[in-house]
Amino acid sequence: MPDTIPFANHYGALRDALPGQDLPWLSRLRSDALARFAASGLPTPRQESWKYTSLRPLEKAGFGVTGAPRACISIDRAPSLLPAASEHHRLVFVDGYHRADLSTPGGLPAGAELTTLREMLAREPAWLERHLGALSASGVEGDQPLLALNTAMMMNGFVLRLAEGTVLHEPIEVVHLGGAGDRPLAYHPRNLIVLAPRAQATLIEHYTHMGEQPYYANIGTEVTLAEGAVLHHYKLQAEALDAFHTATVHAEVGPDALYDAFGMTTGARLSRNEIAVRLAGAGANCHLNGAYLVRGKQHCDNTTRIDHLVPDTACSEVFKGVVDDEARAVFQGKIVVHRDAQRTNGHQLSKVLLLSDKAEIDTKPELEIYADDVVCSHGATAGDLDHDALFYLRARGIPEVQARAMLIEAFLAESVHNIAAQGICPALMSSIGHWLAGRPGEN
Amino acid sequence: MAASLETVEQVRALDKYKYGFVTDIEAETAPKGLNEDIVRFISAKKAEPEWLLEWRLKAYRHWLTMPEPTWQKVTFPAIDYQDAYYYSAPKSPDDGPKSLDEVDPKLLETYEKLGIPLSEQKLLAGVAVDAVFDSVSVATTFRKNLEEVGIIFCPISEAVKNHPELVRKYLGSVVPYGDNKHACLNSAVFTDGSFAYIPKGVRCPMELSTYFRINAQNTGQFERTLIIADEGSYVSYLEGCTAPQRDENQLHAAVVELITLDDAEIKYSTVQNWYPGDEHGKGGIYNFVTKRGACRGRNSKISWTQVETGSAITWKYPSCILQGDNSVGEFYSIAITNNYQQADTGTKMIHLGKNTRSRIIAKGISAGRSDATYRGLVRIGAKAEGARNFTQCDSLLIGDKCGAHTVPYIETKNRKAIVEHEATTSRISEDQLFYCRQRGLSQEDAVALVVNGFCREVMQQLPMEFAVEAQKLVGISLEGSVG
Amino acid sequence: MLEIKNLHATVDGKPILNGIDLTIEAGEVHAMMGPNGSGKSTLSYVLAGREGYEATDGAVLFKGKNLLEMAPEERAGEGVFLAFQYPVEIPGVPNTTFLKEALNSVRRYRGENELDAMQFVKLVREKTKRLHMSDDMLKRAVNVGFSGGEKKRNEALQMAVLEPCLAILDETDSGLDIDALKTVAEGVNLLRRPDNALLIITHYQRLLDYIVPDHVHVLAGGRIQASGGKELALELEKSGYAAFSATAAA
Repeated sequence: MPDTIPFANHYGALRDALPGQDLPWLSRLRSDALARFAASGLPTPRQESWKYTSLRPLEKAGFGVTGAPRACISIDRAPSLLPAASEHHRLVFVDGYHRADLSTPGGLPAGAELTTLREMLAREPAWLERHLGALSASGVEGDQPLLALNTAMMMNGFVLRLAEGTVLHEPIEVVHLGGAGDRPLAYHPRNLIVLAPRAQATLIEHYTHMGEQPYYANIGTEVTLAEGAVLHHYKLQAEALDAFHTATVHAEVGPDALYDAFGMTTGARLSRNEIAVRLAGAGANCHLNGAYLVRGKQHCDNTTRIDHLVPDTACSEVFKGVVDDEARAVFQGKIVVHRDAQRTNGHQLSKVLLLSDKAEIDTKPELEIYADDVVCSHGATAGDLDHDALFYLRARGIPEVQARAMLIEAFLAESVHNIAAQGICPALMSSIGHWLAGRPGEN
Repeated sequence: MAASLETVEQVRALDKYKYGFVTDIEAETAPKGLNEDIVRFISAKKAEPEWLLEWRLKAYRHWLTMPEPTWQKVTFPAIDYQDAYYYSAPKSPDDGPKSLDEVDPKLLETYEKLGIPLSEQKLLAGVAVDAVFDSVSVATTFRKNLEEVGIIFCPISEAVKNHPELVRKYLGSVVPYGDNKHACLNSAVFTDGSFAYIPKGVRCPMELSTYFRINAQNTGQFERTLIIADEGSYVSYLEGCTAPQRDENQLHAAVVELITLDDAEIKYSTVQNWYPGDEHGKGGIYNFVTKRGACRGRNSKISWTQVETGSAITWKYPSCILQGDNSVGEFYSIAITNNYQQADTGTKMIHLGKNTRSRIIAKGISAGRSDATYRGLVRIGAKAEGARNFTQCDSLLIGDKCGAHTVPYIETKNRKAIVEHEATTSRISEDQLFYCRQRGLSQEDAVALVVNGFCREVMQQLPMEFAVEAQKLVGISLEGSVG
Repeated sequence: MLEIKNLHATVDGKPILNGIDLTIEAGEVHAMMGPNGSGKSTLSYVLAGREGYEATDGAVLFKGKNLLEMAPEERAGEGVFLAFQYPVEIPGVPNTTFLKEALNSVRRYRGENELDAMQFVKLVREKTKRLHMSDDMLKRAVNVGFSGGEKKRNEALQMAVLEPCLAILDETDSGLDIDALKTVAEGVNLLRRPDNALLIITHYQRLLDYIVPDHVHVLAGGRIQASGGKELALELEKSGYAAFSATAAA
């Protein structure tokens, strides 16, 4: 597998810098993952779940690693998606390294912890041993080579742990800044979220960039929600346009718990957001929503899988996208209803606007159903803006460019305004606005 | 039948010196197994021209290099290709059936029960039938009437002889021999099938029909159908199939190619009722079929309608390549699986021309311990400006041990195209069943009625001759599906 | 014709009927009235044999036969007809197909000849005419897109075609305006014969202005609390069910 050597080689270069090498369980976890990655190599379109996304550009780009922070630009403030006046708890990472000087985690109520993976490894390795890699090991989608790569080389990341009944009223924000190094770097943040029964939190992840260098962020996140827990999980991926971003999320949702996720993508040359949710307790519910706006030669892939494992669970999923220029978007959404998972409700919708003649969307919604008392559906549409609506606006005197922008904004606004944490809506709407402003007028 | 007798004589003469099957000539089957000699034997039996033999051999050699497809959602033990016969025919034409009544009274009885148009009475009602048993075409009716308007409707082996220019031009032009493993095998060993050519401007005055039957044991059936609708012509084509109950699995790997030129239309309807295996999943046909139509001409149309109730495993994606501007592709499907049946079926609509339109209506019904998958591709090419697709897939589950899956692939490269896809899955409604039973219907009749209602949109696409029979088939297929 | 003795029934294991005694003779019209949740609909479903409605004690004899042992379609064959409170929609199945299937199933059960297409059409034409219904309703899928009134009229048509011995009307008046109510009632009255019987389940008295009952029963708490003539219905209209509910609770 010659093409894997660059990434697999990173391990050798990093080994001494990786945290927790003194922990036998972790070393084993890493070496097993490395072996899996070496055996499979980077995924290729020959694999069904990678049919529409080729990692050739990533392979060819050639990224290095570093065992220590090498920021060549100084950063004194990290951007935020929340209003400056609002109180919230914040962690900041630069090129995968935690920046305590920029982070403001403090003031959390009792029962809540927001810290780094490194810190947790030093403090409570036994607790981590139980949780780290536990969900991904259940192997829902066969091997996930990128997650294996992450597991082998995870350096740091955030850990959010809430004790039973702990309810956070202020949102938590985690900011990842890339491209600050002196050369192209790859890094593999690993995040862990564990909510005990009836705990509640709102988490905002913001991936963006500061420096000039291209970079590759390969993120792994595991979410465990115990009975009655609620997590609102928002993500804005606004990486640099020459960056690569691949993220793998595994979430397990217990009885009566809710996993409410919304992800917006505007950045990266190539991105893949892969989310697997296991609804494992009666009354478990998940909302998996997303929006993406891509242009130029961007490639944006959203791949989701929701497993209904037990009776009485529900999911709803809405992804909306806008694809311009020569960009290509991929949406693959699979809903699996396991044998005996009766009374399942599952609904999925994918809607895409194609704005240029060379834009492309590949959609693969999928239902796999082994129980009979279910109500499941999916829908998918693709096409240009509604000509009647466009004409209507123009007939009222609105210039075409503006009319188009209005319709696109309205198309996406619906998703954004459904977000429970209204605090981040203005920031998301303004990134939509920025994106639209950057769009050359057409026709 | 005189012509066939002659053929056998010729083959006998050929074989003696060329391929060394001397002792086998009288036999009704070629030796078991598959190798180049078998391919040559089949070709010789048919007294085929050299180009066709070469094509078969190319296909065979390519087949050897192809892996078995694995992407479909069906499971079965590996097929032992050497453990089957690839040619089986009546010993001599005189022993062979001359008309359908002579073939197999029990079989006709079965069909009578289902009402599939095979009896003389029905033939008189105006359906021209070509019947293919195991490997050879045994009877084609109404040929005279068709010839009067210039329509060629005959076994493909005859078309090779009498219309080589048409066959050579179109055979393999829609489904190339290397297309997939099963189509490739078919290209190497196909033994017969139907051929139809509708000349310019002719509206075929009657339904054309092919009736397929696997009869012999351990025999694969590899028929090949080729239909060409020349400019401005129209034909409606019906296909029916059965096989006797056998404990072992039999392979059916057919290829159907349709071509429509400018303003032409082909309507192709199938009621597939191959033996599905028994209620424990023993036996049944492996139905691995490649069906594809090319709308080559402007304003042309190909419409597939299928009712799939039989076969242990169905693997079938009747497709349309919409090349001509304004061409139209349609796929209407009902797939019913019960007991241990597995069906992975759907369609591909490849939009290449401008303003091409396609419509997909797929209804899946799973019962027992069966699995039914809809797998469909809609691809809008970069030049398919103004293309439109609408897809509706609905699945109905009867019982909690079966599975229903929907796997659409939607690839859009043109913003001036509109693609819409909808899918739903739900179980058969207890309320509906109780309502029917309160009015006096038995549980099984209630299921058949509700399922027929669920499928109505597709049923309506079937020609009258098939629709009533197909409705009955729905009931028969679901027998025993509810306790 | 119908004899209900000490009938107890549960729905999802919850006791709803707690000892019903009721006898209906041929030619009689009975009205079963009661507040919401008194068990009225449960009684109709138990009589029709709906799954999940389980008789746990007592007996129901219909023309001397044990009704509770029969499948729903056998009960229909014997002549029990339930006009549903919420008639079910069956997409894709034309009303005529449904009627014909039902009629011939019932005829088969009774050992009568099935009707062919011609005979059937003739019969249905006759019935729709008597019920002032349009043929258009016959072509549409069973109850799909029907208004509330159309659905109830369709129930009346089915009843007219199937000619049951005992028709149970479950809240047939709910959701109907006065005109629709009259039409349906008229349809029901057309079917009244000395050899059949009606059980009208209703919350309000107003349907009984048009279909006059011989006997009125008050159901509350899963038991018949009172029985009387048609004047009982009028009395209820004035005083309400409160008195009976209190008795039931006690």
